[in-house]
Amino acid sequence: MLSVRDARVVLGGHEALAGVDLEVERGTIVAVLGPSGSGKSTLLRAIAGLQRLDRGSVTLGDRPLAGVPPHRRGIGLMFQDDALFPHRDVAANVSFGLRMQHVARTAAAARVAELLDLVGLDGREHRTVGSLSGGERKRVALARALAPAPRVLLLDEPLGALDRPLHDRLVVELRELFDEIRQTAVYVTHDVAEAFAIGTRVAVLREGSIVQVATPERLWAAPGDAWVARFIGLANIDERGGTAFVTRPEGVVFRPDPRGDAVVSSSQRDGPVVTLRARYDDGREIVSAHTGLAPPAPGARVLVEIDAAAVTEVPAAAAAVAPLPSADAAID
Amino acid sequence: MKLALASLASLASLALLAAGCGGSGETTPKEVVLVTHDSFAVSKPVKAAFERETGLQLRILQGGDAGEALNRALLTKGDPQGDVFFGVDNNLLSRALDEGLFEPYKPAGLDTVPAQYVLDPEHRVTPVDHGDVCLNTDTGWFAKHGLPAPRTLGELTAPSYRGLLVVENPATSTPGLAFMLATVARYGESGWTGYWRKLRANRVLVVDGWEAAYTAEFSGASGSKGKRPIVVSYATSPAAEVIFASKPLAHAPTAVVADSCFKQVELAGILKGARNGKGARKLIDFMLTERFQADVPGSMFVLPVRVGTPLPDAFTKYAVSSAHPLELPPADIGANRDRWIEEWTRVVLR
Amino acid sequence: MDPGRPALRRGWDVATAAIPAAFVALFFAFPLLAILERGLTSAEGPWLPAGTGGLLWFTIWQAAASTVLTLAAGLPLAWAIGRFRFRGRSLARALVLVPFVLPTVVVATAFLALLPAGYERGIWAILAAHVFFNIAVVTRIVGGAWATIDPASAEAAAVLGAGPWRRAREVTLPQLAPALSAAAALTFLFCFTSFGVILILGGAGRATLETEIYNRAARLFDLQAAAVLSLLQLGAVAVVLAVASVLEARAGAASTLADEDVVLRRPAGRERIAVVTVLAVSALVLVLPLAVLVHRSLGTWGALFHETPALLVEPWQAAVYSVAFASVAALIALAVGGLAALALAKRPPGAADGFVLLPLGASAVMLGFGFLIAFDEPPLDFRSSWWLVPVAQSLVAAPFVVRIVVPALRSIDPQLREVAATLGASPAHAWREVDLPLAGRAFAVAAGFAFAVALGEFGATVFVARAEQPTLPVAIFRFLGRPGAENQGVAAALAVVLAGIAVGAALAAERVADGRGRSL
Repeated sequence: MLSVRDARVVLGGHEALAGVDLEVERGTIVAVLGPSGSGKSTLLRAIAGLQRLDRGSVTLGDRPLAGVPPHRRGIGLMFQDDALFPHRDVAANVSFGLRMQHVARTAAAARVAELLDLVGLDGREHRTVGSLSGGERKRVALARALAPAPRVLLLDEPLGALDRPLHDRLVVELRELFDEIRQTAVYVTHDVAEAFAIGTRVAVLREGSIVQVATPERLWAAPGDAWVARFIGLANIDERGGTAFVTRPEGVVFRPDPRGDAVVSSSQRDGPVVTLRARYDDGREIVSAHTGLAPPAPGARVLVEIDAAAVTEVPAAAAAVAPLPSADAAID
Repeated sequence: MKLALASLASLASLALLAAGCGGSGETTPKEVVLVTHDSFAVSKPVKAAFERETGLQLRILQGGDAGEALNRALLTKGDPQGDVFFGVDNNLLSRALDEGLFEPYKPAGLDTVPAQYVLDPEHRVTPVDHGDVCLNTDTGWFAKHGLPAPRTLGELTAPSYRGLLVVENPATSTPGLAFMLATVARYGESGWTGYWRKLRANRVLVVDGWEAAYTAEFSGASGSKGKRPIVVSYATSPAAEVIFASKPLAHAPTAVVADSCFKQVELAGILKGARNGKGARKLIDFMLTERFQADVPGSMFVLPVRVGTPLPDAFTKYAVSSAHPLELPPADIGANRDRWIEEWTRVVLR
Repeated sequence: MDPGRPALRRGWDVATAAIPAAFVALFFAFPLLAILERGLTSAEGPWLPAGTGGLLWFTIWQAAASTVLTLAAGLPLAWAIGRFRFRGRSLARALVLVPFVLPTVVVATAFLALLPAGYERGIWAILAAHVFFNIAVVTRIVGGAWATIDPASAEAAAVLGAGPWRRAREVTLPQLAPALSAAAALTFLFCFTSFGVILILGGAGRATLETEIYNRAARLFDLQAAAVLSLLQLGAVAVVLAVASVLEARAGAASTLADEDVVLRRPAGRERIAVVTVLAVSALVLVLPLAVLVHRSLGTWGALFHETPALLVEPWQAAVYSVAFASVAALIALAVGGLAALALAKRPPGAADGFVLLPLGASAVMLGFGFLIAFDEPPLDFRSSWWLVPVAQSLVAAPFVVRIVVPALRSIDPQLREVAATLGASPAHAWREVDLPLAGRAFAVAAGFAFAVALGEFGATVFVARAEQPTLPVAIFRFLGRPGAENQGVAAALAVVLAGIAVGAALAAERVADGRGRSL
């Protein structure tokens, strides 16, 4: 549906996008994941037409978008800080895109009601922007972006500034909503969990290039290189020369044993999972993800058991990044 | 916001309507333009009469005092703003004539004017009115303080009149200039600066202009909080006080020191390069008619030059026309004025 | 950034800058250069008139002293209006503007009547009058900035043990510093070029650059000295403006800005007494001169409708002409100033913003003279045209329009335009839906202000005004110049009318703006 080929953008003497290739299939969500400064926002702006490409192309369906101004592309954009029109109420914000399409007033009002219902804000048409809470603002921004039925919706770290419970709830709601209306979307974030939760596929962006595109499962099981492994939060990365061995924490078990080869050094609970860190007698460290009921406490001597299937060999982190072909995009 | 724009727009169209009839650009043959100073005034019926008789519209451009208006005329010499200039007086005459500002014209009606007012034998300028610049005194103040009002220039240096006099700066004020010239005429080249030194020692107050002196410093002006009962003003000011009093007065509240009067004649001339020369001549002629001359006292508070012009009551009673005002030849004034002003400034202000 | 239609966008960009530039070039630069050329080439005489050093010195120090006093007098009022919400706040903000827009001749005359004997002329009178005029600048700029300072930083300091004066010195003052410098620079500029006040209240022998230029040009006809002094003044003003705009540019990067609704609060306890005292004293100071005028005008109001030899029209008609001309002037100022604001807003704050005020620093008499000699032959043969009056007035009003509108335009989040584009709005639509409504309020405030300022303009108007169409300041001046209580009373009455119209305009603008907007 949406196809970006060899996109290159130079901003202020530095290469913000260094030849990005991305394919987004209809009805799917691609999460673009990358650290700050990797070029995520630039990529979105280039797709939306707000940023000119120095090289490369963007194609929507079978229509190349070179030279097409943003207001003609049919691509929606949801900003990180909402960018709601402060001088208009909720209904006027949501119906803005419909007005630009010259939709008749009654039809527009109906669609506004429908969308507000979809995002869980039914009845709030006449609230002023200033009176909305953070979560409500997000929903209005979403409804506004969806109202003109864009063929592709771009979201630029939309849930960045929210508190944790709201954030987590909205991620789930967004995913369900997009699946329900079969919206094609590109979702940009630096938060790995968010990307994994929302993306049909995840594209990892590093310094202006896509280094891997895969489903969340595949990404976790087989990161493209040691950098990607570290970035997505895998621990136990053992670099030797030109390769690295990655051991997934969920495949490491600590068994309490007074004759074990490691001592637990720290224990950190994150909901149902406890991240345990242990130190071998020879000084090496290993991380285990424990989901049982009685995790060993710090100071306990344990025996470390590693499932062989949890170990993957990957290339070491490359300094200069060369974009990998999208061969890994095969859906498992 | 829309309301603001709408109201602005309607007010603006009002302006266009009101002013549009005035026409743009310089004189068309249908108008004659008079360039003058702020003190010029003519009553509506008289102006209308002129326009009726001549079929011309009279437009008036005025601003500043006589000196400033003349300077503007000099600035635009050769390509003047109007056709006739009114307001050059005997003090400024030589400068205007030297710069060749005017066209000679001898108007009908000049024979009704006494010879003493015809200052230019070549008729480049025509006298229109005269009025002396004299010291005015507040009769009420002097009565209350049991002091006789001064009757001569010399008395002003006496200790009993210390701190009672306010004058205008001759560099910036026409009556101020006239008063300075009066002292030159009275005491001569050698004595006048000494006279001013004594006045300074007697705590004379100097202000920039007539308004400040008369309306704010002079105790005799109605509505003034001023403390000084002697001021340099016009011979007709007492009459003005009576005419414009808030309640009817039986006597004039102020009087004139006849000994201090300096002659002022006001003249008009046709500007060289005027667009409507014919209209200009008609205007000058009109200025010497009885109708215009009779209007002069009430409008401008000066006296008509035309012999036999009827005067308003208050003028006959209170306006003084000094029999022997002090005067200096215009040529002398022209040659020495700047030097005298500088000396005055040095002696009085520094 | 719009990859499409670059030509149209560029054309619009060029127009917004070119039209105001052409206007200023034709009606300001050209006449000024003409008269300067005439002056500088008229031979003889020393290059710099004798005593210029002393003149410059006096001009500078009286302006500096006035500025310091104005800041001292304006700060309490800025504090009261900037920090607290109370009934009548917007009225107070509007009334503070009245002295600013009154013609100086009116105010000076009122002060003459008001000040105790012995002090009506001289340096104290000058300083008092300057404070009176410019208190609005300090109150509105500093008060406006104060209302956007987040109280959180002061609260943090309090929690860390800083008492109220300590907090004021170390937390509030640094945050206010940019606004203070801006207000100080503007006040200095106005006092530096002050004319009517010095002329009427200065007393004999007191002269500043501006009055001396007037003296030389209009009275002594010494165009050369006048031209040299004019250049000197323009240079000095340019320096002041450059410094001011650099200071203001730094202001943009200053503190975190909070919304007014969050910051304003009702005064509590001791604060209430302080606020009431400040308001009462300020009201007294600001109202007293006007009260004097009203008092003087009593009994002469009927005369406004009679014919009088002083004017060719009945006095009340001067009010009509004034309003008509000021409306046209305001429209011109909005158009020219609005376009210039659009062009300036695209750039970050910098030196260019300051130079917008340059027309205010040029001598009015020189400009008027320039009109007379520059516009005397075809195709520029319009020195007698009626519309030159509103044009002259718009030259002083337009800079204020720019100053008010530019910050509003700059504060529009560019993301809003981008969002509008992604929702299908073309650039023109985006301008209509986003820029216009958000800046519209500023435009309305600017309209009211431009109208009021044009109403009070006197310096250049006097050269191009026609006697049959006097404006109120011209009429007031005529009546002031005639003896008799009635004439003086009519002058005062007309001054009251002028003040009333100015206040009305300012109030209307305030109502539209709802008390928002930060700068003057």
